[in-house]
Amino acid sequence: MAVQAHRTRLPWPRTRRARRALTGYLFISPFILGFFLFFVGPALVAAWLTMFDWNMIRPPYFIGLGNFTKMFNDDLFYQSLKVTAYFSLVSVPVGLVLSFLLALLMNFKTRSIALFRTIYYLPSIVPAVANAVLWSFILNTEFGLLNALLDSIGLPKIAWLQEPEWAMPAIILMSLWALGATMVIYLAGLQGIPRSLYEAAEIDGAGRWASLINVTIPLMSPVIFFNLIIGIIGSFQIFTAGFLITGGGPQHATLFYVLYIYRNGLQYFDMGYASLLAWVLFFLIFALTLIVFKYVGRYVYYEDVGS
Amino acid sequence: MNAPTRATASQLLDNERFWRIFVWTVLLAGACVMFLPFLWLLSSSLKTELAIFRYPPDWIPDPIQFSNYVDAWTTRPFALYVRNTLVILLLNEFAVLVSASFCAYGFARIDFPGRNVWFAILLATVMLPGIVTMIPQFVIFSRIGWVNTILPLTVPFFFGGGAFNIFLLRQFFRTLPSELADAAYIDGASEIIIYWRIMLPLAKPALATIAIFTFIGTWNDFMGPLLYLAKDPNKFTVALGLAMFRTAFAGRTRWDLLMAASTMMIVPVIFVFFVAQRYFIQGIAISGLKG
Repeated sequence: MAVQAHRTRLPWPRTRRARRALTGYLFISPFILGFFLFFVGPALVAAWLTMFDWNMIRPPYFIGLGNFTKMFNDDLFYQSLKVTAYFSLVSVPVGLVLSFLLALLMNFKTRSIALFRTIYYLPSIVPAVANAVLWSFILNTEFGLLNALLDSIGLPKIAWLQEPEWAMPAIILMSLWALGATMVIYLAGLQGIPRSLYEAAEIDGAGRWASLINVTIPLMSPVIFFNLIIGIIGSFQIFTAGFLITGGGPQHATLFYVLYIYRNGLQYFDMGYASLLAWVLFFLIFALTLIVFKYVGRYVYYEDVGS
Repeated sequence: MNAPTRATASQLLDNERFWRIFVWTVLLAGACVMFLPFLWLLSSSLKTELAIFRYPPDWIPDPIQFSNYVDAWTTRPFALYVRNTLVILLLNEFAVLVSASFCAYGFARIDFPGRNVWFAILLATVMLPGIVTMIPQFVIFSRIGWVNTILPLTVPFFFGGGAFNIFLLRQFFRTLPSELADAAYIDGASEIIIYWRIMLPLAKPALATIAIFTFIGTWNDFMGPLLYLAKDPNKFTVALGLAMFRTAFAGRTRWDLLMAASTMMIVPVIFVFFVAQRYFIQGIAISGLKG
């Protein structure tokens, strides 16, 4: 009887279904805990902080919507949005198109494909700091590689990092050096398209161009869409290049949004304002992702929706 | 009048040999452009300080100065930075491999109410930029006294090991045949035993992929060390040390030493890439396509 009583007190559920549910939640519990501790918790703290003026030393001072007013009157806030949008609008489409074209060429099964793939992919795993140091030197006005190349074909030297209108193109160029990461994702997708579809298209009289438009692009649209979303989200988070190469300058021409958050939080210790900026970034990315899903997502072709 | 030229053009377009040569040439030209920065880095890292400022620049340094590497390594305690990075790396590898595979097993092999909701949340957090929680996390970590320690850079990995890694392993676990587990069920094994004894050994290729991504991520991470370790030079990681090395020489930039130090930071990553190339490709295939 004692054993029986002991058993009923155990929290271990009796039915097989309930036991499985408990086991399932046990397995994913680290993720659930982490989600609340390192995501939901901090996000709520940030939401609360947006209403305070707080430098982490003095006690927080309630200012209500004061940080919102500050943001709407903050020229640098608009500047950082503009800069980030500029970077995103150029680097994402150009990167997507170039890497797609490269993947198409590489899928041609010509000689030395493995070597080419490696060479194109390597820049994308170069550590951000080493990359920034290397490119500060490449972009150096007097002794840099880029100007030496321009000079050798008779073009004038450009003060890449000193002139506000050239700093962003320079950073975009640097970001494009890493397009191999996107390219290999495309390449994996291209290699997954069954040969039989191309053979069928050929029998129907389709040339290269027609099979590209009617077979390759529709079948690749989920991968293109994936890369577009990842590309947009990634481009909004650019930080290291602006922080290390240009310091946000010249004349705030490369004051990326995340760099501006970092400055407000970790340099001016204006935690309320920095939290607000972070939330705004969250909503921007969220809204942008929704818009892309709604207006671009409908063109994505899913082959096996039924299965 | 255009007809004959058009015919030749389309003939050319369908000519296999022409295409192969054309494609190969374009790829080769592109590869040269992509490789140029690496050559420039290596070449500059072997130049004297004087040769760096020679214009137009030489591709082959004269004289070749290997001592730049020694100078860069010893001007700042890079050996210490490597050690600091390795401590964080080892902790993160352990945390990610155990925690991510544990969660992934739950998502992949156990059917329970609410699983799909949590999986949707998992996918959402893959998409969500970590930058958003940077400021409040800093506030919380400094409140509990974790700033100037490696805890903020390691402890979070013990809680799931990153949504992307869980996702990747979950995709892999789902491809394993369930007969293996069924036999073990009949023998009365619990899920934990099946996870640890049967599934984990089978998941070695996927675990290797994740271990490599974790290595690259930790070795390359700059924002984390910048937020939490920048105050104490004895705690610098390699990334932070290299960033601070830029301003190590009062008033002038020693590009020769900076290029040598950058090369030393890049080499381990490239080495790992070449050793483990097939796991890279595998990771890309799993994450990019089945997603």
